[in-house]
Amino acid sequence: MQKRNTIIGLTLASALAIGLAGCGSTGSVSDDAQKLVLITHDSFNLSDGVLAEFSKQTGYEVEVQAAGDGGELVNKLVLTKDSPLGDVVFGIDNTFASLAVNEGVLEDYASKDLTAAEEQYLLPAGSGREQLTPIDNGDVCINVDHEWFADAGIEEPVTLDDLVKPEYKDLLVAPAANSSSPGLAFLLATVAAYGDDGWQDYWQQLVDNGVKIDAGWSDAYYVDFSGPSSEGDRPLVVSYASSPPFEVPEGSSVAPTGALLDTCFRQTEYAGVIAGTEHEEGAQKLVDFLFSVEVQNDIPESMYVFPVNALATLPEGWSDYARVAENPYVIEPAEIDENRKQWISEWAAIATP
Amino acid sequence: MGGDRHTVTAPARVRPAPGTILAIVLGAGLPLAFVGVFFAWPVGAMVLRGLVENGALDLGGFGEVLGRPRTLRLIGLTVGQAALASVICVVLGLPIAHVLYRLRFRGQRMLRALIVLPFVLPTVVVGVAFRTLLRKGGLLGPLELDGTFAAIMLALVFFNIAVVVRTVGSTWEGLDSRQEEAARVLGASPQRVWWTVTVPRLAPAIVSAASIVFLFCSTAFGVVLVLGGTRFGTIETEIYLLTTQFLDLRGASVLSITQLVVVVAVLLVAARARGRRTAQRRVAAAQSSRRPRRGDAPAILVTLLVAAFLALPIVALVARSLRTADGWGIGNYLALGGTGSRNALVVPVWAALGNSLAIAVQATAIALLIGLAASLVISRRPRSPGLRRALTGFDGALMLPLGVSAVTVGFGFLITLNQPPFDLRSSPILIPIAQALVALPLVVRTILPVLTGIDSRMRESAAVLGSPPWRVLRDVDLAIGWRPVVAASGFAFAVALGEFGATSFLSRPDRPTLPVVIFRLIGLPGGDNLGMALAASVVLAAVTVGVIALVERLRVGTMGAF
Repeated sequence: MQKRNTIIGLTLASALAIGLAGCGSTGSVSDDAQKLVLITHDSFNLSDGVLAEFSKQTGYEVEVQAAGDGGELVNKLVLTKDSPLGDVVFGIDNTFASLAVNEGVLEDYASKDLTAAEEQYLLPAGSGREQLTPIDNGDVCINVDHEWFADAGIEEPVTLDDLVKPEYKDLLVAPAANSSSPGLAFLLATVAAYGDDGWQDYWQQLVDNGVKIDAGWSDAYYVDFSGPSSEGDRPLVVSYASSPPFEVPEGSSVAPTGALLDTCFRQTEYAGVIAGTEHEEGAQKLVDFLFSVEVQNDIPESMYVFPVNALATLPEGWSDYARVAENPYVIEPAEIDENRKQWISEWAAIATP
Repeated sequence: MGGDRHTVTAPARVRPAPGTILAIVLGAGLPLAFVGVFFAWPVGAMVLRGLVENGALDLGGFGEVLGRPRTLRLIGLTVGQAALASVICVVLGLPIAHVLYRLRFRGQRMLRALIVLPFVLPTVVVGVAFRTLLRKGGLLGPLELDGTFAAIMLALVFFNIAVVVRTVGSTWEGLDSRQEEAARVLGASPQRVWWTVTVPRLAPAIVSAASIVFLFCSTAFGVVLVLGGTRFGTIETEIYLLTTQFLDLRGASVLSITQLVVVVAVLLVAARARGRRTAQRRVAAAQSSRRPRRGDAPAILVTLLVAAFLALPIVALVARSLRTADGWGIGNYLALGGTGSRNALVVPVWAALGNSLAIAVQATAIALLIGLAASLVISRRPRSPGLRRALTGFDGALMLPLGVSAVTVGFGFLITLNQPPFDLRSSPILIPIAQALVALPLVVRTILPVLTGIDSRMRESAAVLGSPPWRVLRDVDLAIGWRPVVAASGFAFAVALGEFGATSFLSRPDRPTLPVVIFRLIGLPGGDNLGMALAASVVLAAVTVGVIALVERLRVGTMGAF
């Protein structure tokens, strides 16, 4: 009989251990009247003390929870519609905004502080304008290794058209549109440039001209790109307009890489109140706060993207190296949502046969 | 068949101790509840979500999804790459297990710890390291392997060979070598001794190891994408795409079920191949190991070659981590105390390492507790065939988490663990639990071969001689199973430290683990961020090796107990 006791003991001990471990957890946070849960992407970051300032102003504490990037974030919200993960979401971008709006995961609220100056970032009425407040934006552009082109004595490309010319054969590396968010943005740039029926042909030419497709951004940038911190031999890479400042050596004022501003797709990131929140007022305040000048000024150095608030100021040095495309490619979020799957499938058939 | 005389396969005729069945039910209850709540329920809910349309079950997706030529190709590639990688790992892993666990030489314990190193490195870092070597113009560029199926194989073997070496090694270590010696004296050739004496006794461990490698490889995600250049999609990569990008839950459900079917089929084959249980005479490692001799040359050669292969990307990684903007130096390591240039991180890398260690300790404790309870139960031999089959099924159920997509499990967590008493969705405890799910099969597969190898007559003799059952458990099962338990704890710890998929899904930005921080750093441009990511990877690997070396020392230190 004692063996039985041993096993029972073992079972109880284990159950106890797990139970105890469970007690260490904070449990559900929405039960706490003064706590807001901010669901965001993995790259969310603000300087120390910024969120504490919000608590001081409003009495709400903010708990940040990451929920993956882009599509993953939105799809998690859709799946948990009946039992929301949090109160506010930040990081829904224009490529997935329509999905979030159509699935009804957001309350109707856009920051009351938005002005006409931010018009260019607002979504169309009835298609997200009522639910999403723009917070930041960044351009996905071809980055170029200036040094490589100077050494080779070849003129740098300027437009998407240039990339399929024979003098740029085997020089471009891009992350895949089906496994990387900048990869998808670049595909969308080409769709915007060549139209629904023309981009396939353009991509075929890119493939014929030796574009290399990697799985992710890290892989493309650090392995195949020829920039100063990279190992590779391809002087053109799909990256961000904000990447070049990272390559400027300390104490230097010459940027060894640059962004081709005629090849950019603009990604705008939005915040919204999650439908079903129990703290509607606090959630709205948090959305306002994310749009406030205080947070907007902090965004560039914390998340390497540009603020949207017209009153925000850029940190020193940003205007020199990190430039903004004047006429970036854009596609309506609704159109992206409608065609995403089709485009990605067609792209995969052409680019990764 | 000289060796068979020492083995017992027929169930003993002594009446089992009273309460065996109850003990089995209770001991199995905890592991079943654990896997049920944290695996079966979330996965089941997620699959159902995809198959239920407007309240009715809709199975039309099966015909549609499985009918696509693309799906068939994905299934073929998944099974093919996992099977091939398992075979290569076994073929190369056995000689290494022999050298590291049967021979005796200086530095052996360190090598045993080092072999686990690849296992914990973040896939994205290894991907970059491998591709840096393989790309055109890289050190191995002339082989033209970049983006090929062979490159995926290299990486899968790199990550998983430790599973074979350690699982088989910890069984092999305690095998009495006198059986082999007797066979040799009686005139058997070394080949004959190997095939008729050694292999049958190692078979359960080999099959265990191979099935784990298969499961790991069939759900490999980052490696396949990075090294295959997205051309070689598998079921796993497709589930990820369908779930996270398209929210095509129907397609994802069909593929999840397909994945389950493949996994269950493999586990059934493995259970059959493990076959009858063989009682083994076990001895202290000091008795079974010996100095190397000339006949060991081929095994030593294989070990050296594989070691060189494993070392290459790691050396490249370490070298790159020592490169800074101002030339060679430890600048990247010094930077780990901060949050990176331009405020790249929320916490310093050391704090992330602290989080990782704390979480890994919890995960190891959970995996050991549940794995040990499960192994003790599975190692029993009830006389009822029904009960025996139930045990086999139970054994398989514990392995399933390795073979099912982390995406399905992770999304499943979100839609199931949101109600009391399991309102754990946003709780930090979910991280060690998810890691323990991955480590559990390794724990069971390391302990079980040794426990099942115990001649049940030992337990019965002890019982007949008047030992109460708890003493039988202590003096027979635990006394013999002690070493693999410690080995398993080291391995479980390593798995937990290196786990990224589930952890990144659940971790909190203000309390990230080291792999999560590494992933963040390598996702930012700039030489200093890359340098820090690589330095942090080297630290992660070094800490893991240190912990495992410590465990090895502990293991040898307790040998006096025998």
